[in-house]
Amino acid sequence: MQSSTVQFLPEQASSFALQVDLLYLYLTVVSAFFTVLIVGIIIFFAIKYRRRSDADRPPMTVANLLLEITWIVVPLALSFVMFIWGAAIFFKMASPPKEAIDVYVTGKQWMWKMQHINGHREINELHVPVGKPVRLTMTSEDVLHSFFIPAFRIKADVVPGSYSKMWFEATKPGKYHLFCAEYCGTKHSGMIGSIIVMEQREYDAWLGNTKDSSLAEAGQKLFKTMGCVSCHSVDSATKGPNLEGIYGKQVRLQDGNTVIADERYLRESLLLPNSKLTEGFAANMPSYQGLMTEEQILQLISYMRTLKPVTTNTSNKTVVSTLAPAPQATPAAKAEATPTPKAVATPTATESKPSGSPLKSEPAK
Amino acid sequence: MSAHVIDSKPLIEDKVEHKEQENYLTAGYSLKSWLLTLDHKRIALLYLISITAMFFVGGIFAALLRLELMTPQSDLFEPDNYNKLFTMHGIIMVFFFIIPAVPGVLGNFLLPLMLGAKDVAFPRLNLLSWYVYIVGAAFTMFTIVSGGVDTGWTFYTPYSTSSSQTHVVPVVLGLFITGFSSILTGLNFMVTIHRMRAPGLTWFRLPLMVWSIYATSIIQILGTPVIAVTLMMAGLERIFRIGIFDPNLGGDPVLFQHLFWFYSHPAVYIMIVPGMGVINEVVTCFSRRSIFGYRAIAFANVGFVVFSFVVWGHHMIVSGQSVYSALIFSILSYLVGIFSAIKVFNWTATMYKGSISFDTPMLYVFGFQGLFLIGGLTGLFLAALGFDVHVHDTYFVVAHFHYVMVGGLVMAFLAGIHFWWPKMFGRKYPEGISKFAMILIFSGFNLTFFPQFILGYLGMPRRYASYPDEFQVLNIMSTAGGSVLGLGFLLVGVYMVWSLFFGKEAGQNPWKATGLEWEHTTSPPPTENFYETPVVNEDPYNYANRDFLKDFNKEVKASA
Repeated sequence: MQSSTVQFLPEQASSFALQVDLLYLYLTVVSAFFTVLIVGIIIFFAIKYRRRSDADRPPMTVANLLLEITWIVVPLALSFVMFIWGAAIFFKMASPPKEAIDVYVTGKQWMWKMQHINGHREINELHVPVGKPVRLTMTSEDVLHSFFIPAFRIKADVVPGSYSKMWFEATKPGKYHLFCAEYCGTKHSGMIGSIIVMEQREYDAWLGNTKDSSLAEAGQKLFKTMGCVSCHSVDSATKGPNLEGIYGKQVRLQDGNTVIADERYLRESLLLPNSKLTEGFAANMPSYQGLMTEEQILQLISYMRTLKPVTTNTSNKTVVSTLAPAPQATPAAKAEATPTPKAVATPTATESKPSGSPLKSEPAK
Repeated sequence: MSAHVIDSKPLIEDKVEHKEQENYLTAGYSLKSWLLTLDHKRIALLYLISITAMFFVGGIFAALLRLELMTPQSDLFEPDNYNKLFTMHGIIMVFFFIIPAVPGVLGNFLLPLMLGAKDVAFPRLNLLSWYVYIVGAAFTMFTIVSGGVDTGWTFYTPYSTSSSQTHVVPVVLGLFITGFSSILTGLNFMVTIHRMRAPGLTWFRLPLMVWSIYATSIIQILGTPVIAVTLMMAGLERIFRIGIFDPNLGGDPVLFQHLFWFYSHPAVYIMIVPGMGVINEVVTCFSRRSIFGYRAIAFANVGFVVFSFVVWGHHMIVSGQSVYSALIFSILSYLVGIFSAIKVFNWTATMYKGSISFDTPMLYVFGFQGLFLIGGLTGLFLAALGFDVHVHDTYFVVAHFHYVMVGGLVMAFLAGIHFWWPKMFGRKYPEGISKFAMILIFSGFNLTFFPQFILGYLGMPRRYASYPDEFQVLNIMSTAGGSVLGLGFLLVGVYMVWSLFFGKEAGQNPWKATGLEWEHTTSPPPTENFYETPVVNEDPYNYANRDFLKDFNKEVKASA
């Protein structure tokens, strides 16, 4: 894709690329029209009414309401098309499909660390299959970064203390630029990498070639070594909420509000456990701030995602019961809490997250 | 000069004995008479000297940046030094040049003259504003000398509060102090406009420049305290590690962006609105026409004040705010764009059936119209959410705001400086060479910044010291344009200084312009501005009532 001649468009390599380029075309045509119109009129007036010309100069009308209204309404109408068009694309960008492949991204000065769900890790490179939606969940270990793939026309800031999400579906195999777009210090312009889009078959071969344990397995180990298990298991659910089936569930909080247990909420509960207490539990969990890396937190969350919901009805999103302080009501076998790696690779049934979840990131207050 | 043939108004200078005529420049020659002056016109010149010096420093930084960017590798400077250069370029140009340029220089000089007043409402406060500005500038200069700062002019957290190893605190303190200069000037101007208008000078008889200054003053008073407090909080977090913005301390990094842009978006209008004010005065004079749609333009200023405060979120579309806030900020951004469109259309209509001449100030108005048009229209690009995701933080944005700030404001400022230069110093700049310089600046500017739109869409992020090879051709074009642009600015500086000593005597009203500053006082004006208090009994830009055109046509026919 490197070439010495000047191009005007970056490569189109995602499902968004053409959409954004078409909007760009519309914006350019409208703008060029007005530029030519106004500059043309100015040049015409400047010549026609130059001081030495014989043009007629009748007394002037100093205002014309109809004219004012026209040149307010017409540009406004055209810009409303821009607004709606831009918003439509933006909402698509903000709504990852449910079946998307999950990849976790951690930015730090000055590198990108990617973790695939099966545990495969990469630095400054991301391999993805062509024609499959991929969803990135991203955070930063230090300062702001921004994950930018020009060929895909997408970008999202990566914010420490919060998860940002973006998704794409690559349409063309190849190697594409990855840039950090938010200034982050000395080697900001060196915080670059490649997105490598592969055919499904090659991708499977590449992905399978790993000795790392899966994210969920790593998370399961952490769940034991960090001591989570002593409070958050079925046996001890009086101390802390039972986490089986937690991911994507609505949780009722102490203050009566409810919150969806997504990555952001789970992360916040690890680091600032008392900020959003589950109804019926005391504020007795210590903070894990500074005790875990961002990558470990993501591993733990991956593990929690694999915990199957227990027995009771889960078809309805509003169900809160499994988390209510009624340990006796959930006599489900603890044996279930050990997931197979296969179940991990495809986050499926456990996910009851509503689609189109906005990129909302009001970080921990 | 044959003024009596052309202008129906008797000139003040004919009435005043030439030998005894003392003006504000000759009122005192000591350093003290300048540094302790309470005369708004002298304070304006103090500002002119200071902002020109700052522009020069900021310009040198820009030149060094462009030199580094000629090659893809980071070879001329260490990356750290490159980061400091673009940071200092931004800070100096934004806070110490663009924001004070038109209000500080042209506003100070012209506002009392346009109102028929002897001075601003609070002359001591006015002098204090300048000293506060200088103290703030001194802190910033100290930062440069002591090693610079590398956060970008936006000071985004947590980089600025927890990660940067450079002198963030002194520069933040400097900007905190400078903010008060802006607030005090705004306050002073507002009171002056309310309280010191000449008899008969009603609100709708004010030159539109005054409306612009008024609108700007409101934004300065309402917005600047927010940035001052925000920067102070960032400074406190950096020193005392209190958690406001850094998530490791329990803070929220995006909160900083909300607060920062709550000021810094309105600040865009602090920069551009006074420049638009200048355009009104110049376009009418060189078209010999009244302004078209006076009230529409006046109220568009009010629109800027209101809407500029509710669009800050369009700087944060990919920062992770909710999609619904992004939606609202997007639509509001389109609404604020309409007020710029109203002005551009009305200026164009003003030229219709006028009698247009092509003196340098008018050429700058043409330049402004073209460049501001592109700057404004690409703003519509950026307000489209799905489009902004791709070009946010790329060179597309850099090109856009340079078209607005340099193409808009600097063009307007140069139009104004050339237009009122004869009034300020009593001498004219050399017309031929100034037109040449204008063409240099206009073409240099386009060559510098137009390629950056393409670079941005191709995906080159801003603030990059090194970049992939395929971006080099466009970067070389940009650097080449930058050298032409720099040459143009230098030329202006040289002939302006030359004209102070060798320029032609201008006379009271070389442009045959309307307005109290042209028709009711000499060039340069006396310290007290007017020999007798002017009384206003007509609308502004009443060129139809001047005999100029009739007599001029007669002259043309006679000579034919």
